[in-house]
Amino acid sequence: MRSKTFRESYREDVRIFQTAWVKIWLAVFVIALVTLPMWGDPYLVYMTNISGIAIVAALGLNILTGLTGQISLGHAAFVAIGAYTSAILSTRLGLPFWLTIPAAGLLAAFFGILLGFPCLRLKGLYLAMATMSFGVVVEYLVTHLESVTMGVRGISVPAPSMFGYTLSDPAKLFYLIIFIVALLTIAAKNLTRTRVGRAFVAIRDRDVAAEVIGVNLTKYKVTAFAISSFYGGVAGALYSYSTGYLHPENFTLLLSVEYIAMIIVGGLGSILGSVFGAIFLTVVPDIIKGIADFLGRWLPFLLAQYDEEWNIAAFGLLIMLFLIVEPTGLNGIWIRIKTSFKNWPFTY
Amino acid sequence: MALLFPEVTMLIERCRLPAHCNGSKGKVAESVFYLLQLVISGLAVGSLYALVALGFVLIYKATDILNFAQGEAMMVGAFVCYVLIGSGIPFLWAVVIAAGLAMVFGLITERLVLRPMIGEPQFAVVMVTIGLSIFLRSISGIIFGHDNKVFPSPFSHVAINFKGLVLSHTHLWAMVVSGLMVLLFFVFFKYSRIGLSMRGVANDQDTAMLMGISVKRVFALTWGLSFAIACIAGVFLANVMVLNIGISLVAIKAFPAVILGGLESIPGAIIGGLVIGLLETIVGGYLDQILPGVKDLTAFVVLFLVLMVRPYGLFGEEEIERV
Repeated sequence: MRSKTFRESYREDVRIFQTAWVKIWLAVFVIALVTLPMWGDPYLVYMTNISGIAIVAALGLNILTGLTGQISLGHAAFVAIGAYTSAILSTRLGLPFWLTIPAAGLLAAFFGILLGFPCLRLKGLYLAMATMSFGVVVEYLVTHLESVTMGVRGISVPAPSMFGYTLSDPAKLFYLIIFIVALLTIAAKNLTRTRVGRAFVAIRDRDVAAEVIGVNLTKYKVTAFAISSFYGGVAGALYSYSTGYLHPENFTLLLSVEYIAMIIVGGLGSILGSVFGAIFLTVVPDIIKGIADFLGRWLPFLLAQYDEEWNIAAFGLLIMLFLIVEPTGLNGIWIRIKTSFKNWPFTY
Repeated sequence: MALLFPEVTMLIERCRLPAHCNGSKGKVAESVFYLLQLVISGLAVGSLYALVALGFVLIYKATDILNFAQGEAMMVGAFVCYVLIGSGIPFLWAVVIAAGLAMVFGLITERLVLRPMIGEPQFAVVMVTIGLSIFLRSISGIIFGHDNKVFPSPFSHVAINFKGLVLSHTHLWAMVVSGLMVLLFFVFFKYSRIGLSMRGVANDQDTAMLMGISVKRVFALTWGLSFAIACIAGVFLANVMVLNIGISLVAIKAFPAVILGGLESIPGAIIGGLVIGLLETIVGGYLDQILPGVKDLTAFVVLFLVLMVRPYGLFGEEEIERV
């Protein structure tokens, strides 16, 4: 068992899978994931689908906020754009999903670029306000452009189909979702070690200094917005296929805050953190229901009181707790556990 | 293009005065009258926004944090006041007691949630306040329920009618109270010792500590005061609209007012609030039949434009970033 880390070349340092053990465990995980519909019950498959969609959106937001340092409270707008694009393309034009999902991503990326240019000069609080107002404007347009989005009546989205083969139940949709999630996660992980990723991190750390050493702020900030909104758009498209019915009230500021909570709880700036955060916040409502059920045996009035609102309260509480107690998030906890094992028997 | 969006076609065709302005003789007078009524209503709404914006500016001035939980503080204050009035306490005393309780609540919040975050980057603190706002909103929903409660208003329901221009008593009192509060806080920050120490802490925490100012005490006082103002604003809002959880969302509408006026400026808060209220009401008055709900959008479009052109607002100070 190795103790400490000794890297002998730059290539080794940048390698995504550092040791053979990582690859073995990853292979085990992939096999378990791919065979999930066979050994897992339908609810687990459904939850995995929802988590997958959340992972894609959280990854996008983490690239923008965690890697590049641009706070965005408008991510739900891009998810909405992606969802409605894929819904409209598949209901009105009858396009198959392998066209609508990239189209949704690209249109969302286009709007991301549109948002990115005005926001170049803004930082911190002002950027959060600007992205929030963008989110509000998109929410308004989605509700009121009835000719396009059917407003509050909602759009009913048919199951995605390709060459006649329809992915009508969650188990079949599962494979599409995990394929896309795997692809996008690998892309994001690779992004962090390329020139573009390093430029993003430079912008986050000290953007003026980055410009001085030659990082073109305009190009990379707009690229960050574009990539992030592409991910959001794809997540929206998957969401529309997964739930089958779109309504404007799903894409409010609360959704944006939910995504921010996912990346904060997971760990800002880390790809694994986005995955952790997304999965954690997707299963938190079930955990709370479970706790309420468990305690309800002794305190029956608790069970009678329980309703959806508790999830939202827990959600806000989690954001506060993680920021106060564990700012590096779940990923920070994971890294600490890993390094304590790695450095054993030494402490550091 | 217009075919794709019938709404745009309708906008181009129907952009004219509302239907009740008929008859070409009195048309100019009617339209001026309508505009005046909109201006009065706009100022009334604007003074409410100004009161809310004052709370934001107070916290930002002293602690450099934008408190996203201000709306929820308003809502909790209004609910507490409602409960107090419901148990028989006369209105004015109920407001005073509720404001006192809100101050204590602000002190507790500062101690539990914000004290551990001293020194953390601004993004983290803003996110904590967002988390606090979500938490407070859902806890209030659990405790107080979701149904609309009618706030027992002490103001007479007869509207003041001045040559045909209508203004309700509640709005008038809201304007008076907003004006008083703004004056009070302006004087407080400029001339009083505590106000000065608050500004010092906002400017540079370390230097303030070196000068002997207790940063913890200043933070606690700021949050307490801000929550007390939020309680009063909440009471007014509950009088004007119905009392339910939606009151907290008015604070989000007040963000444009705060940014327009400048985050650190108290006169900016009132001017920003009035301008946003005016703009919203006037745009709503003329465009609401064509684009329903455009009122809510106006404030955010203005916010976006202000951020593009002059992020520091009308009266704010430009932040110089030293590298």
